[in-house]
Amino acid sequence: MSENGAKPKFAMYWAAACGGCEIAVLNIHEKILDVDANFDVVFWPVAMDAKYKDVEAMPDESITLCLFNGAIRNSENEEMAHLLRRKSKILVAFGSCACEGCIPALANLTTPEAIFEAAYAGPTTDDGHDIRPQPEWAAPEGIMLHLPKFYRVVKTLDQVVPVDYTMPGCPPESHQIGAVVDLVIKALHGEADLPPAGAVIGAGGSTVCDECKRARNEKKINRFVRIQHVKPDPALCLLEQGILCSGPATRSGCTALCPAAGAPCVGCYGPAEGVLDYGARLMSAVASVIDSTQPEEIERILDGIPDPAGSFYRFNLGGSLLRAGKPAWSKQ
Amino acid sequence: MTSPANLPEERIGVYVCHCGSNIAGTVDVEDVAQWAAGRLKHRGVVIARDYKFMCSSLGQEMIEKDIKELGLTRVVVAACSPHLHENTFRTACKRAGLNPYLCELVSIREQVSWVHTDKVAATEKSKAVVSGGVERVLWHEPLEPLRVPIHPATLIVGGGIAGIQAALEIADGGSPVYIVEREPSIGGHMAQFDKTFPTLDCAACILTPRMVSVGTHPNITMLTWSEVTKVDGYVGNFTVTVCKKARYVNTDLCNGCAVCQDKCPKKIVDEVFEAGLGYRKAIYTPFAQAVPKFPVIDRENCTYFQKGTCRACEKFCPTGAIDFNQQDETITLQVGNIILATGYDLFDPRRIPHYGYGRLANVFTSLEFERLSNAAGPTNGKIVLRDGVTEPKSVGIIHCVGSRDRNYNNYCSVICCMQGLKFAHLVKERTGATVFNFYIDMRTAAKAYDEFYQRVLEEGTLFIRGRVAEVTDAARLHGEEGKLIIQVEDTLASKQRRIPVDMVILSAGLQPRRDAKAVAKLFGISCSADGWYIEKHPKLDPVATMTEGIFIAGCVQGPKDIPSTVVQGAAAAARVLGRIQQKEIALEPVRASINQDRCSGCRICNNLCPYSAILFHEDRMVSEVNPALCQGCGTCVAACPAGAISGTGFSNEQILAQLEGLLMLNLDGDGRMPVKVREAVAI
Ligand SMILES: Cc1cc2nc3c(=O)[nH]c(=O)nc-3n(C[C@H](O)[C@H](O)[C@H](O)COP(=O)(O)OP(=O)(O)OC[C@H]3O[C@@H](n4cnc5c(N)ncnc54)[C@H](O)[C@@H]3O)c2cc1C
Ligand code: SF4
Ligand code: SF4
Ligand code: SF4
Ligand code: SF4
Repeated sequence: MSENGAKPKFAMYWAAACGGCEIAVLNIHEKILDVDANFDVVFWPVAMDAKYKDVEAMPDESITLCLFNGAIRNSENEEMAHLLRRKSKILVAFGSCACEGCIPALANLTTPEAIFEAAYAGPTTDDGHDIRPQPEWAAPEGIMLHLPKFYRVVKTLDQVVPVDYTMPGCPPESHQIGAVVDLVIKALHGEADLPPAGAVIGAGGSTVCDECKRARNEKKINRFVRIQHVKPDPALCLLEQGILCSGPATRSGCTALCPAAGAPCVGCYGPAEGVLDYGARLMSAVASVIDSTQPEEIERILDGIPDPAGSFYRFNLGGSLLRAGKPAWSKQ
Repeated sequence: MTSPANLPEERIGVYVCHCGSNIAGTVDVEDVAQWAAGRLKHRGVVIARDYKFMCSSLGQEMIEKDIKELGLTRVVVAACSPHLHENTFRTACKRAGLNPYLCELVSIREQVSWVHTDKVAATEKSKAVVSGGVERVLWHEPLEPLRVPIHPATLIVGGGIAGIQAALEIADGGSPVYIVEREPSIGGHMAQFDKTFPTLDCAACILTPRMVSVGTHPNITMLTWSEVTKVDGYVGNFTVTVCKKARYVNTDLCNGCAVCQDKCPKKIVDEVFEAGLGYRKAIYTPFAQAVPKFPVIDRENCTYFQKGTCRACEKFCPTGAIDFNQQDETITLQVGNIILATGYDLFDPRRIPHYGYGRLANVFTSLEFERLSNAAGPTNGKIVLRDGVTEPKSVGIIHCVGSRDRNYNNYCSVICCMQGLKFAHLVKERTGATVFNFYIDMRTAAKAYDEFYQRVLEEGTLFIRGRVAEVTDAARLHGEEGKLIIQVEDTLASKQRRIPVDMVILSAGLQPRRDAKAVAKLFGISCSADGWYIEKHPKLDPVATMTEGIFIAGCVQGPKDIPSTVVQGAAAAARVLGRIQQKEIALEPVRASINQDRCSGCRICNNLCPYSAILFHEDRMVSEVNPALCQGCGTCVAACPAGAISGTGFSNEQILAQLEGLLMLNLDGDGRMPVKVREAVAI
């Protein structure tokens, strides 16, 4: 508790994201009441009405805990990142988008022009007037309207402001969120220590295979198949069955939900501790167990992966060493 | 730019080598040193010098002096490749009391001066390389070599002259030796020959005494008719599993009288020792002076084993030594070092159909001719045609069959010129026939070899320079009927010639053993694309391999004659004896290790290690590296998707710091870094 008896303040913000992270927080069930009991929720656009100017009016570092989900897609996202950084004691990059760019950052493989083309032209969305979002527009009423600037490259939260903790997952699992909430509350009551600054919280120290119950052998892959085309052995490692499972490279913490349900891990918990480029790691791991030395044969086996960039970097392109493809970097 | 916590206390010395004009001819070495002293000062560089030959004793002393007087805590040498002199500079640091692993050698010769011509650019690149080295060395940790004890016993695989030589040297030195030979007797190819070039001494006369010494030496355990099936462990501590095939002869009872071999009714063409030219029985020793003297029963051809009746050998054996119930035995050996001396196979000339071997009766291979000319061979040394009676009046000897030929083997088989000359001499001496040698180049470059060539020339052998196009029995001209005609372009006379002869001998090349790759894999060493085993250094370390504790000797390393084979056998023995004497060996501490908490047991790394150093614990579901087996190659480090494996000396921090240094991100406010890179890094 703070000196004057008021409850510590809690904020949550939603930048370039799908909304799943917000649902995941609500999904902690009755624990949400603990949040309410222990915190004063001062800003959470999804749950309550608040204006940006209200946040601006708060004293710096007055928010004890801010969960920031979503990537930095446009100037509004970045502005809010800076604002909430200033106002918060503990800023958490919450969920895969904020940590690593996630699906929004796959747009870094292409250009804003092409993105708008896909979004605003074509059979389902074309309004016939070839209209595109404009950063500035003079309304007939005589006022100038401003839209946030759309960036060429989606960034992660820690690429624009310093972040205290990162909490991976798309979305973070509710039991992990619950545990983190418990820990923060305990720390506020002086019953526990917060993890060291910069730590990854709400996740394990190994990778998904560590939590996966499937039996495994020395790996040798001679073909890749897609899950919809086969009936996988329910007890054997999926990767050994030629199904591209990202479990070996993905941080543990989800309890290996996907492989347990018969689907390959897609990598939403991000890279393991100390790994700088998730996709490169996964690629070199997979490449090293391809069971052939013949270049043509290797080509054939690799052709079984239809979308390599989307498969190996699905959640991590924004946070990778590459960050974006060449077209996105080019300033036309 | 990341900096290690210890940055403020570090004192780094930078030493830029001229390497004569090797580096200084292309790189302004003084500028590089001055630059490092100025621009890298804030990274801990307290002294930077250039010197003509850094590796000379004066150069090394300069570094040692600086370490002592200036209190250097880290050293960067910019010179040649670490392969060459890393050890030199590490040792210099060690002498001055600095942990040798706090020294980093960066290459500005192989990677800069030798590959660039633009002096300005090369100088700038050298600065970047030095800058990378400085950043890297800041992250180095002092390391201690790994010490492992050496088991005094040695395993030698292959009992040819290479293996025999090595075995005797080590055993005479007082250490135990196991020699494992696949055939029933040791001796190898040399046992098949009659005379050996260039001195023409009788092969058996010089070989068999050594074979006997091996057989009777108190320190040597011979395991013939045996093969290694498994190798575990690492240098100093190998556990080797050997399959000792059943001989069906009780060696405690057999006295080697050979009555069984007389009485055995089953005669088989001997494809191995007699090169297909003679016969042996189902119970046999390959040759009379075989060591050991005990025969073996070849199950596949024995009437009793195939049909259930016979047992003639058993009936006639005076000592009751035949034992049809014997089983294959598995033997486990503990050894500290291993020498591979498995030799070569002869190139199969059937692969060159236009030379007619296998189709034209009187075309012989070199090994067939060895048996033909051998006094103990199938013709008692009489040189005759395939009919077994007719002496040839004219003989053609073709060199380089399957060697120096893009279609077969690119390499020179080394021995075939001399062996072709030896044959020419023997034919002349024994039959007086006219002899033609067809050669491309005459390669007689060893002691007393060219003199032998002169001698054969003087004896009247005719030499024709040119690669033979064809050997045929299709007569076209008068005098060719019933002969083998050798069609050749005589490149000295510049004309096509057809030379009719009675007999053709093909000087077939030497090839790696058919199973060379499998055997290399079994012992964890590598072979070249051809299949010859690769030595650690072609000039300076010819009998060691990249795998600690495994040595190679003789033709297994590449074609060579008997003198060179013996030299290698002795060299390998000397290396092993040195090891045994030291009782323990210090291994490079550059090894991989797996963080047991981070390892998820995904098993990606499990069969990647070329040295089989990774084992998987089923109970704990984690993988572990055996540090004594690991050679620090880095394969698994790159492959582990969990980032659970790190290589000492090649940590993420070290590599990234070196990259940042190369990009000169360590220079504050300099503007030298390419704008593009700067932007990319800043975004
Ligand atoms: C026709 C001919 C004539 C030659 N004449 C001369 C000459 O006159 N003078 C001269 O200096 N050189 C001569 N040479 C060269 C000479 O043969 C070699 O230099 C020498 O024999 C090489 O000996 P080595 O021990 O390396 O191999 P090898 O003699 O091939 O011996 C290898 C041994 O290893 C055994 N072995 C193989 N694989 C295994 C295994 N997996 N496990 C256990 N045992 C195994 C084999 O059975 C064999 O006993 C001649 C070569 C040829 C082809
Ligand atoms: S199924 Fe996926 S998560 Fe499970 S062991 Fe195999 S690779 Fe790892
Ligand atoms: S039993 Fe076999 S080895 Fe013995 S004599 Fe008969 S065929 Fe020969
Ligand atoms: S690859 Fe890495 S995580 Fe997988 S078993 Fe090997 S050490 Fe463990
Ligand atoms: S670094 Fe890894 S792959 Fe290489 S030798 Fe060591 S354990 Fe084997």
